[in-house]
Amino acid sequence: MTLELFLFFTLALIALVTAGGMVFSKSAVYAALNLVTNFLSVAILYLLLDAPFIALAQVTVYAGAIMVLFLFVIMLLGVETLRAEFDWKKIWLQAVLALALLVEGFVMLFQRMGQAANLPFNTASVLTNPSEMAKVLFTDYLLPFELTSILLLVAMIGAIVLTKQVKKRSL
Amino acid sequence: MLLEYAAIATMIFVTALVAVIAIVLGVLFGPKRPTDKKSMPYESGMNPIGPGTRRVPVRFYLIAVLFILFDIEVVFFVPWALVFKQFVSQSQGFFVFAEMTTFIVILLVGYIYAWKKGALEWE
Amino acid sequence: MTQTDFFTLLPAILLTLWACALLLVDVFTPGAHKGRTAFLAALGLAFTLGVTFLQPGEYTGFNGMVVRDGFANFLISLFLLTGLLGVAVAYGYLRRMGIERGEYYSLMLFSIVGMMLMAQATDLLVIFIALELLSIPLYVLAAFAYPNTASEEAGLKYFLLGAFSTGFVVYGIALTFGATGATSIAAIVAATAAGVANKALLLSGAALILVGLGFKTALVPFHMWTPDVYQGAPTSVTAFMAAGAKAAGFAALIRVFSSAFPALAADLTPILWALAALTMILGNLVAIAQSDIKRMLAYSSIAQAGYILMAFVAFGSDLARPVAISAALFYLVAYTVSSFGAWGVVISLEKEQGKDLQIADYAGLGKKFPWLAAAMTLFMLSFTGLPPTIGLIGKLYLFRAALQGGLYWLAIIGVVTSLISAFYYLRVVLTMYMKDGQPDVARETWLTATIVFSALATVIISLFPAPLFDWASRALLMVMK
Repeated sequence: MTLELFLFFTLALIALVTAGGMVFSKSAVYAALNLVTNFLSVAILYLLLDAPFIALAQVTVYAGAIMVLFLFVIMLLGVETLRAEFDWKKIWLQAVLALALLVEGFVMLFQRMGQAANLPFNTASVLTNPSEMAKVLFTDYLLPFELTSILLLVAMIGAIVLTKQVKKRSL
Repeated sequence: MLLEYAAIATMIFVTALVAVIAIVLGVLFGPKRPTDKKSMPYESGMNPIGPGTRRVPVRFYLIAVLFILFDIEVVFFVPWALVFKQFVSQSQGFFVFAEMTTFIVILLVGYIYAWKKGALEWE
Repeated sequence: MTQTDFFTLLPAILLTLWACALLLVDVFTPGAHKGRTAFLAALGLAFTLGVTFLQPGEYTGFNGMVVRDGFANFLISLFLLTGLLGVAVAYGYLRRMGIERGEYYSLMLFSIVGMMLMAQATDLLVIFIALELLSIPLYVLAAFAYPNTASEEAGLKYFLLGAFSTGFVVYGIALTFGATGATSIAAIVAATAAGVANKALLLSGAALILVGLGFKTALVPFHMWTPDVYQGAPTSVTAFMAAGAKAAGFAALIRVFSSAFPALAADLTPILWALAALTMILGNLVAIAQSDIKRMLAYSSIAQAGYILMAFVAFGSDLARPVAISAALFYLVAYTVSSFGAWGVVISLEKEQGKDLQIADYAGLGKKFPWLAAAMTLFMLSFTGLPPTIGLIGKLYLFRAALQGGLYWLAIIGVVTSLISAFYYLRVVLTMYMKDGQPDVARETWLTATIVFSALATVIISLFPAPLFDWASRALLMVMK
């Protein structure tokens, strides 16, 4: 077993266990902490896939900022003490569908195993290297990049409008 | 390829190890004589009042959202900084600089707005 | 960024700059003068509209990610008109409800930028960002009247379901990318033509994109949010999003499906057929049961989307497609003016947030305010598709397009459901004239101006539809190479 394969299986196991832990934990805060671990292990999986930029975004945005937001919202709503109740009778349909999806995924995987990926494009053209990606981002994809900043601005205005009470005195 | 990250992995491992050692040593050798007073939750030396968890005000949410937005902005800076010199050497430096300036100026509008609205103040 | 890039996005760039400036101006405006922001917003919209007219023409910019063709120019003008009417109905209403805040207008302008980009985008990636840029301000605006719980509920509901629908669009884009290796419409067409595209993946991608855009345009069965959101949101916001978001959703739907996926027409047409039929039938039938005017108009707007989709079902046929697109554009204008008029009347009767919104509250309007009742009658006739209104002409064009595409059964469903719709539209008219009541209305200059403008447009365009229809017929999509 190579180092990469060993790392993959370890991380995959951690990711699966923490994902399960997130769904089944009784306390919302434990669920959130499980989710952080999950995000981090997935980030390292991205590194294994030779996609360091995605890994970086995963750690800074998801494991960092989004998790802070999650924890704040959990405390904001005061739901950390609420106990989650599982009633299999209520979610059997979802469970069956999820199982079907899982089986389908495995069938697809084993059918294709060992074959070259049959994709209509050259996988080498999919850029993962941060500087290669950046070159494309700041030339070909300039418009989506700049639009993102407007999107962030609008999100900022929205968050402030909805949470900031209007003061009675003039602002 | 993965060896590039060996340094980071070592650091994470050593950090985790130190933390684990500290905790394990404490558990193994620390004297444990609990009394009722000692097992109370610690609240600045006072007797604790009310439940330990309490709903936090919505301004925490605003701070977290602003944090995410500026965090995403930073994620865009990283690839930009990586290739800036390459663009300069191809004499496209001004172009790429202007791009990032536009990006920052648009967000600066949001920053001024947030500031004037008092979103950064802790009332 | 070259000069062509700049001219391609000129209206959007102008409006973005204006919205940013407006935001800053508003922060430094003292509370008593918040009305200025509305005038500045209207000025910006009018200026952009002027520039769009003076600087038309066809451009392709940003490596083929956006275009400005006849189709885009037509819709950009429509969105700017929507914005102007939106400002006019909001100005007095916000003040009356005590929710006047300058951000309202900045958010509206940003939303319009998103709508414009939806009409201009020729890359699925840009469509995704435009969809978000259009939606996020609308989520906030729907909740603008917080701490009013109905408004909060509307905002939250719209946000959650909207986020799901955007998820569908992103997944559809990802599958399309997996099938063709591209997100730009031109490259998708090239990959499909060369036969390298994986058909099953491409079809799933197109279907998922359809789900997401169907949500924005409120097609059945993706319409669940519409009545609650339209009812709970401040009425001025409802008026704006009923017209704007729907038109923007159709803009992207028409461009993506007729440019990128014509090869899938044989598989997609039955799906679109079913969606159109369901939307027309369910929208009209459920509207009958409504006693709240906002909910009734919400279901009516769902039904109207069904008629527009009906024309577009045969998008695979080269003969029917141009007719369908021009008919859809014409009808979007018809729908925009009539719906702003109807919402304007609703706004003038709504004295407090959520009060006086039952259809029964319109009793006696015909006696007490004959002009207002006459205008409302006109808008109801226009929705039904009766003369002398723009709605009739628009529906005729839609039916003609459907027949051209050989959709006889769908056209029959359309006619029958139009007859059904007469029942609930004319019930409003009957209530206004035949029942006694003491309704009271707010008199506000800009609101009155909006209603008068909409009523005049509804009648005048129906008498002289040729110029507008010619413009719509020339509003063609640029062929993607």
